Amino acid sequence: MIKNTFIRKKYFPITPNIDQLQTQIRANLSTTTCPGCSSRVSDDTLAENLRVCPKCKHHFSISAGQRIELIADSGSFKEFNTGLSSINILDFPGYEEKLEKANEKSSLQEAIITGYASIGGHSIILAVMDSRFMMASMGSVVGEKVCRAVEHAIETRCPIVICTSSGGARMQEGMISLMQMAKTSAAINKLNEAGLLYISILTHPTTGGVSASFASLADIIIAEPGALVGFAGPRVIKQTIGQQLPEKFQHSEFLLEHGMIDIILERSQIRDKLTCLLNLHKGGNNG
Amino acid sequence: MVKRQFDYEQKIKDLKGKLEELNDLSKNMQFDLSNEIEILEQKIQEDRETRYQNLEPWEKVLLSRNPERPGAVDYIAALCDDWVELHGDRCFSEDAAIIAGIGSFEGQPLTILGYRKGKNTKENLLFNFGMPNPEGYRKIERLLRQAEKFNRPVLTFIDTPGAYPGIGAEERGQAWSISKVLMTMASLKVPVLAVVTGEGGSGGALTLAVSDRLLMLSNAVFSVATPEACASILWKDLERVEEMAMAMKITAQDLFGLDIVDEIIAEPVGGAHLNYEATIAEVKTAIKKHLSDIIARDRDELLAERYRKLRNIGRFNE
Repeated sequence: MIKNTFIRKKYFPITPNIDQLQTQIRANLSTTTCPGCSSRVSDDTLAENLRVCPKCKHHFSISAGQRIELIADSGSFKEFNTGLSSINILDFPGYEEKLEKANEKSSLQEAIITGYASIGGHSIILAVMDSRFMMASMGSVVGEKVCRAVEHAIETRCPIVICTSSGGARMQEGMISLMQMAKTSAAINKLNEAGLLYISILTHPTTGGVSASFASLADIIIAEPGALVGFAGPRVIKQTIGQQLPEKFQHSEFLLEHGMIDIILERSQIRDKLTCLLNLHKGGNNG
Repeated sequence: MVKRQFDYEQKIKDLKGKLEELNDLSKNMQFDLSNEIEILEQKIQEDRETRYQNLEPWEKVLLSRNPERPGAVDYIAALCDDWVELHGDRCFSEDAAIIAGIGSFEGQPLTILGYRKGKNTKENLLFNFGMPNPEGYRKIERLLRQAEKFNRPVLTFIDTPGAYPGIGAEERGQAWSISKVLMTMASLKVPVLAVVTGEGGSGGALTLAVSDRLLMLSNAVFSVATPEACASILWKDLERVEEMAMAMKITAQDLFGLDIVDEIIAEPVGGAHLNYEATIAEVKTAIKKHLSDIIARDRDELLAERYRKLRNIGRFNE
């Protein structure tokens, strides 16, 4: 009898507990693996924690809508220039389909939302990019909406806050998209002439044409922890120089160390720090 | 297979060689073929002209990258009576990918800025293949401010694959150095004339193109990223660069049609590299015309127009 227990059975009868399995699957479905520390975080926890990993503080991407909720006073945001949408200027193959898909995925018209808002009671102009829309690449519409937001700031004499995230210029619009770099940079100059405050908040990732135009021209540059910010993408650099890149290369901590940004702020601290900065700039350049 | 070299001239050379042989033969045989040979020569000439008028965009990319093409250094040497090259960004180092200085063009002092590519491997290593680091852009920024101080118009020559994608370049703020120049150029209080002489590659080339007038040689190209990069990123297929070069609308003629380029400077048949003298003469005429035009303009009006021109670039639905 005892001997029998030591005999290796080839097959075990398994009676699956369907209920338990289903709960397990459901639990798996509603968790996300953190790219920072590989731990599984439940989506509820993530949502409560402003989509920041509670273990390693990895900042997950958030939508423009979530970003606005996070930094603007509740209910203060009023969007303007809502009707702008992209057209296929160059007859670039497949561009319309790409735009349609991006629209379905994000239910946004384009990669940036702009409007009036208040932060800590201060009226501001707020522009937020959304990387779900074609990696928030900058084409005619993004360039135009940034310029118009700047013009609204000048008209209303309000500070402007732009939250960036972008893969760069939108290749499907060719030179027209490249020229948006010059166009937005020229607009920021008008803002400087008017003596108005511009704060940019760099979020993951901000590269190429956006990093080398309006994003890096702010009076005060804030970045979220771990955000990748740079001109050339790491893959291109690796290919060109044929070497491994240093750890944390082009991350916000690296940029702070090299003197390229002013402050790194965790997501939960941004609103308070913005309020503080707006308080300090009350009255603009006349103050 | 993607064409990596524009070898049409070799074919013409071979054909002409054959005609030469025929000529010798006819002389030796004392059989006069000179009429027929002349007709054939004319035919080759006509064919060559038509060929160059109908280049594919990718063929222009190859031509625009020809290392034999005249570059900023050649134009400066030919156009300036006096020339003093200036160096350094006063922060970190000198960047040889940018040639910069003060020159005199028909008695008019100018600040001249350009990208510098090498004509051979040694020069290319020295000039980093015409790809600036942040120091190059900071040198530009410094000399733009200097031009403004002395009320000196600015002339630029553009021919670069783009800004250098390197570790040091990112550490020292490549994006920051480029955006600063873009903003400065857009509002610089002196006239700015820009000439694209070869390859205009991405944001790294755009810095010197923000101007009152943008001129472009007829085989030059200007693109948001190289067709190779776009084909590999968008289509994951490097074999389709020719198709991509077409789709991106990068030729001088395309960009003139999109109101980004103000005038196309005609190159001699075969391309600028085959006839420096004729190319430089054409470039000189165009520079003279546009420079005197923008210098004569009311300064406030000129600046307002430069801004308006930039502000209006872009098309969308509303």
